[in-house]
Amino acid sequence: MDSSTAGRVPTAGEHPFDAVPTGHETLILTQPWQRVRVHVWEVPVRITHWLTVLCVVVLSVTGGYIADPFLIPAGGQTMGVVRFVHTVTAYLFVASGIVRTYWLFRGNRFAHWRAFIPTNRRHLNEFRSQTGWYLFIRSELPGILGHNALAAATYLVVFFLFLVQVVTGFGLDALHGDPVVVALFGWMPDLFGVQTIRLVHHLVMWIILGFMVHHVYSALLVDHVEKNGLMSSIFSGYKFATRRDVARARDGGIELEEMLR
Amino acid sequence: MEPGEGTLGRLLVAHHVSRRAFLRFCSAMAAALALPPMYAPRIARALDVAQRVPVIWLEGQDCAGNTEGFLRASHPTVADLVLEILSVDYHETLMAPAGTAAERSRSDTVGAFPGAYIAVVEGGIPVAEGGVYCAIGGRSFRSIVEEVCGGALATIAVGTCAYDGGLPGANGGPTEAVGVSAIVPGKTIINLPGCPMNVQNLTATIVHYLTFGTFPAVDSRGRPTFAYGQLLHDQCERRAHFDAGEYVLGWGDEGHRKGWCLYKMGCKGPETFANCPTVRFNDRTSWPVKAGHGCVGCTMPRFWDQMSPFYRRLSNPPGFAVDVTADEVGLAFVGAVTGLTVIHGAASYARARRARASDEAISRPAGGPAGGPPPSGDGRPEVA
Repeated sequence: MDSSTAGRVPTAGEHPFDAVPTGHETLILTQPWQRVRVHVWEVPVRITHWLTVLCVVVLSVTGGYIADPFLIPAGGQTMGVVRFVHTVTAYLFVASGIVRTYWLFRGNRFAHWRAFIPTNRRHLNEFRSQTGWYLFIRSELPGILGHNALAAATYLVVFFLFLVQVVTGFGLDALHGDPVVVALFGWMPDLFGVQTIRLVHHLVMWIILGFMVHHVYSALLVDHVEKNGLMSSIFSGYKFATRRDVARARDGGIELEEMLR
Repeated sequence: MEPGEGTLGRLLVAHHVSRRAFLRFCSAMAAALALPPMYAPRIARALDVAQRVPVIWLEGQDCAGNTEGFLRASHPTVADLVLEILSVDYHETLMAPAGTAAERSRSDTVGAFPGAYIAVVEGGIPVAEGGVYCAIGGRSFRSIVEEVCGGALATIAVGTCAYDGGLPGANGGPTEAVGVSAIVPGKTIINLPGCPMNVQNLTATIVHYLTFGTFPAVDSRGRPTFAYGQLLHDQCERRAHFDAGEYVLGWGDEGHRKGWCLYKMGCKGPETFANCPTVRFNDRTSWPVKAGHGCVGCTMPRFWDQMSPFYRRLSNPPGFAVDVTADEVGLAFVGAVTGLTVIHGAASYARARRARASDEAISRPAGGPAGGPPPSGDGRPEVA
């Protein structure tokens, strides 16, 4: 926040931060610890996030069944239905991934690819201090509005794992002869061997499930420490950041006009 | 048309094979080659006048299993005679001559029919240490393959060992066995992998050559697409039980007695390309899955390594003890993450409590009213 806006009383219709703590007719934003509402996660980010959650859960359950059918039902088409659901969900997952990839280039500064890939020293330093905080070496969390550097690097790995799952999944689907899938991925079973592809597909599922445990935990932890509404932000899109962070965080320095968008 | 001297037609008459049996064989061959029924008469006409084809059958690191298959061709009378049209001038297991005379009959054929004989190779070809691990008549098998296959019209590699080294070439084998394609790349090679290959596919390959003068279409690994073009799982007679979720859980259990799917017993049908379910073995009597045992994927590249463990669905991850499964590794990973999470959470709780205690210790003596940051602030030292 620059000096021209600091300390000014926002009038109705000009709320730069969309909302301020309730119970006050007006609030004079002069203190660095005062929190403002920042629109961090845009609609496509939230939708693709929850689609990914849905897909990972459905794909893991159906994929687990395909790997080791644990139900022996009387009649019906259990495996046929499960494989159908797995395939359809996989296409939904791919569609969601395409949207999110597009948003890496089109989205706001928190969703942009630059938020994930360290392009400057400050980003790298933040990675180090964030890691130090998790390892109890540092006692302070670096202020950040969107993804912190460590989380962003983890998501890069997870995006790569998702890509591995999509490619190996299509490689296995290519066995059954859909012409388009065979044309694009038919080389895979021949090159790597079907059993190798299956094993990779299966192990990466476990890594993603392990990531989910860690992801939910660290989100809860940071939400608890920061008290910035992180958990609700993935539903609402908004985080409650201190004025200091809005002004000074690596992805901060937000102008009023920009925040209104 | 009156069949000429030395033709298959003459052989059929001499062996009292009925015309009906012969035509039935031709229809079966057309079906095996995925040709329309209209081709059956054409096959019959071609076979009637087919001349003898000189063949050299080489054996390297092998168990003679494919020779066994060759000798027990289905449709015994007709197929035997079609295979008899192959003038097998050299076959170590079958031939009468021995020693120098045997070696001479091989070099005679190579010299007498340059580029016009068919080489059949059975068994792996060791290449470690100059190929000393398999030598015949003082020559390495590798050099024999180079000479015989190098000068042949075409080479038919029968069985998995001749295809990619097979069992002697599997992981841990000291002889570094490879298949024919690795020794004479660029030559016309028809690969008929399988352990053993299905002789029906050998017969059909030869019938295709006798009928059309060419060998059947092959894929990028030299396998005829009529035999290796489709997933075994998609043609399996137990497929309905797979889709229904009805699986054998143990040998001899209720599902096994009812002929349910062998998926959970480690059947590799879903990753194997072969026509076993349709052509079967031993005069179309049976094949492994019909007999109640899962497929082991014996037609697939490096199947001893790729498809093991034969009785488990998934391969075991490399880098762990041999009996550790992918699920054990995966569950251990998720468990470790969860455990670390709990420990980290407890430590974070302790840190937060300590921070709050020190905050209170600072704020109590000051007792400052409004103006300072509220106690429930963001937990960080404030910067003015």
